[in-house]
Amino acid sequence: MSFFKRRNVGVHPVYAKNTSGANPRVLSNISQVKIPVCMQIGPPPQVCVAKGDQVKVGQLIAKPEAPMSVPVHASVSGEVIDIVSEVQANGRPCDVVVIKNDKRFSPAPELEAPVVNSKEDFLAAVRASGLVGLGGAGFPTHIKLNPPADKPIDFLLVNGMECEPYITSDDWLMQNRAKEIFEGISQVLRWCQIPQAIIGLENNTPEALAALNKELATRPDKDKIKIVSLPAVYPQGAEKVLITSLTGRQVPPQGLPHDVGCLVMNVASLAHIASYLENGMPLVRRLLTLDGPALNRSGLYDAPIGSSIADLLDFAGGLVKVADKVIMGGPMMGVAVSRLDAPILKMNNAILVFDHETAKLPEEGPCIHCGRCALHCPMHLMPTMLDKYARKSDAEHLALFDVNECIECGACTYICPAKRYLVQNIRVGKQIVRNYQAAAQAQQTKEAK
Amino acid sequence: MLNISASPHVRHQDSTPSVMRDVALALLPAALASAYFFGVGSWLVIMVSVASCIVFEALSQLVMKRPQTIRDWSAVVTGLLLAFNLPADIPLWMPVVGAFFAIVVIKQAFGGLGKNFLNPALGARVIMAIAFPVQMNSHVIKESFAGKSFLSSLDLMSQATPLAAVRMANDPDAISSATQVITYDYKQLFLGYKPGMLGEVCILALAIGAIYLLSRKVIDLYIPLSYIATALIFVTLAGEDPLYHLLSGGLFLGAFFMATDYVTNPASRMGHIIFGIGCGLLTGLMRIYGASPEGVSFSILLMNILTPHIDQLTVFRPRRRKARLNLVPAERK
Repeated sequence: MSFFKRRNVGVHPVYAKNTSGANPRVLSNISQVKIPVCMQIGPPPQVCVAKGDQVKVGQLIAKPEAPMSVPVHASVSGEVIDIVSEVQANGRPCDVVVIKNDKRFSPAPELEAPVVNSKEDFLAAVRASGLVGLGGAGFPTHIKLNPPADKPIDFLLVNGMECEPYITSDDWLMQNRAKEIFEGISQVLRWCQIPQAIIGLENNTPEALAALNKELATRPDKDKIKIVSLPAVYPQGAEKVLITSLTGRQVPPQGLPHDVGCLVMNVASLAHIASYLENGMPLVRRLLTLDGPALNRSGLYDAPIGSSIADLLDFAGGLVKVADKVIMGGPMMGVAVSRLDAPILKMNNAILVFDHETAKLPEEGPCIHCGRCALHCPMHLMPTMLDKYARKSDAEHLALFDVNECIECGACTYICPAKRYLVQNIRVGKQIVRNYQAAAQAQQTKEAK
Repeated sequence: MLNISASPHVRHQDSTPSVMRDVALALLPAALASAYFFGVGSWLVIMVSVASCIVFEALSQLVMKRPQTIRDWSAVVTGLLLAFNLPADIPLWMPVVGAFFAIVVIKQAFGGLGKNFLNPALGARVIMAIAFPVQMNSHVIKESFAGKSFLSSLDLMSQATPLAAVRMANDPDAISSATQVITYDYKQLFLGYKPGMLGEVCILALAIGAIYLLSRKVIDLYIPLSYIATALIFVTLAGEDPLYHLLSGGLFLGAFFMATDYVTNPASRMGHIIFGIGCGLLTGLMRIYGASPEGVSFSILLMNILTPHIDQLTVFRPRRRKARLNLVPAERK
């Protein structure tokens, strides 16, 4: 029945990888950084410095209390001038440590390469390095690396697929930091006892493929590592899609990658693990792509975490058109920020600046039943039906049509000729189902009493 | 202050108006060909039909207090398709009546674009065929093309369609009563030198439009191929010439331009194939056994009605057949 198999899954946005091949410029001449402590999924760490403290690069400024929390470190040296609570791009308030930059970038004296002798040491080191999933979600890596004991991991899947338009940060890393990426892979394979790794690439990054292949030939554990180049299609790099394309396994509904024996890590996360084990410098800088039609000059930047978008734009050469929308992340799944002084976060792989023309929202028309949303959905859902039931607040049908399976990649909204806001309503639909479940739960507890 | 919105922040360039405009463009070669085969009269019919569709759309949306959507080109497509299904010598007030049924009754009364359960142009055509049987059964051809009389006559004359001609040839009673049976060769049928409705005669022009739609990915081949293949297999089994059937009547126009209307066909590929096979079977049945030798309009309309059911069977059902409403907390079960 392969004739009926849906091959058109996913969409082909205009890739616009304008910054491919560029070398990153280092942003350092900034007056201050504002480092929010919530840069991860799960409870944020607690601020452990006070106003007036002198901090050095890499010094701990927020200490993790909950098991899921990941520490946050100072990205510049200087004085803590304020600790405030500010609303972040995700709409939630969060403690922000404001550090005045003395522009010396002196590293904290206590930093040294960790000694790793066991899996526990390794996980502790990964956590201490401040690492969260750098692909965009910000899931704490030390949790990901430690799946339940009854779920053995067969594959480490290395995500080198930058399927979002514009973004080239991982492409640059793979071309120029292949050694570190492989070192990170070897460390994870060794300490987490994973038998093999598969590196997944898209076929629009041939230079990265060549660089990785060249480096792989020199590795002692090259038999364990395989490099696979797949057709470039959005969202090839989404976790569940990538697992299916690389291993043929399907993550069950509401399941996690470890349910099918997979561990997915971004190349940037692996490179950071290697460099932390080498020199002990935690995650304080971020490599990101700056692009978009409103910019004077696009490029790759190496920016301290917490530096503001405005500083980055000034450094990059400013704007040629009025910025109408600024997106953290890619154009398909990124978050639009409301202010130019928003800080750069750990998981930011791109900042996009759209002018009025590009940012214009299309007007919605009626569904013409073309079926393109269902044809292109990577999770094989029916976006138009979910959209309909979300608008009707019909929790039962939303659940019946697997609304929680949606990975919110936005392929349906992208492809819809009627310009319907499908994924946007599906997100609302997920909340409707959560509310319904909470109400059912409350009802049940009430009855039990 | 910056604008914020939920992702995705970019969209594909295809929009409902661009899709409809592509269909209208794809119908243009056949419209031009109709002027050659039937004279300017055919263009009058097309213009009246398109104009009245647009006017009815605007008026009904005004009366029903709906947002104006005449700029989305869907009324133009309906008008063109309706005209293509009319004879070139039809009195000009009749397309206006047809446009009324297509736009007001079949489309807007059911909720406008996307909500109609029948292809508006086809529905109107069938209503007109019943309301105006004489005018709608006038299958005309230019006298000069019919190989008759004066070399340069531009007058239209009514003649049996190729399919009717075959039927008469096969029927001994008809042969005795008919004065003569005209036959057509494949070249005549392909280029359009045959009597018929104004948009369906020139297969060459329709094929150009179909290739354009395919190249723009507005339609795919699932419906047209399964439709045409099924119909041709059916007529072959019934002992008739499949190529002759492909090039005659409204099969080509119907398979590529009418059956592929998004709103009234299923949403999935599997659904498309079922839809095409259904259309093909019905067309084959009607062409061999039906009262009239043309069956394309009725078959597509019947399958339009079945579309929601095909969708239920194919795409619009929960992915897992045994999906449970996982809403009740586990302890309660």
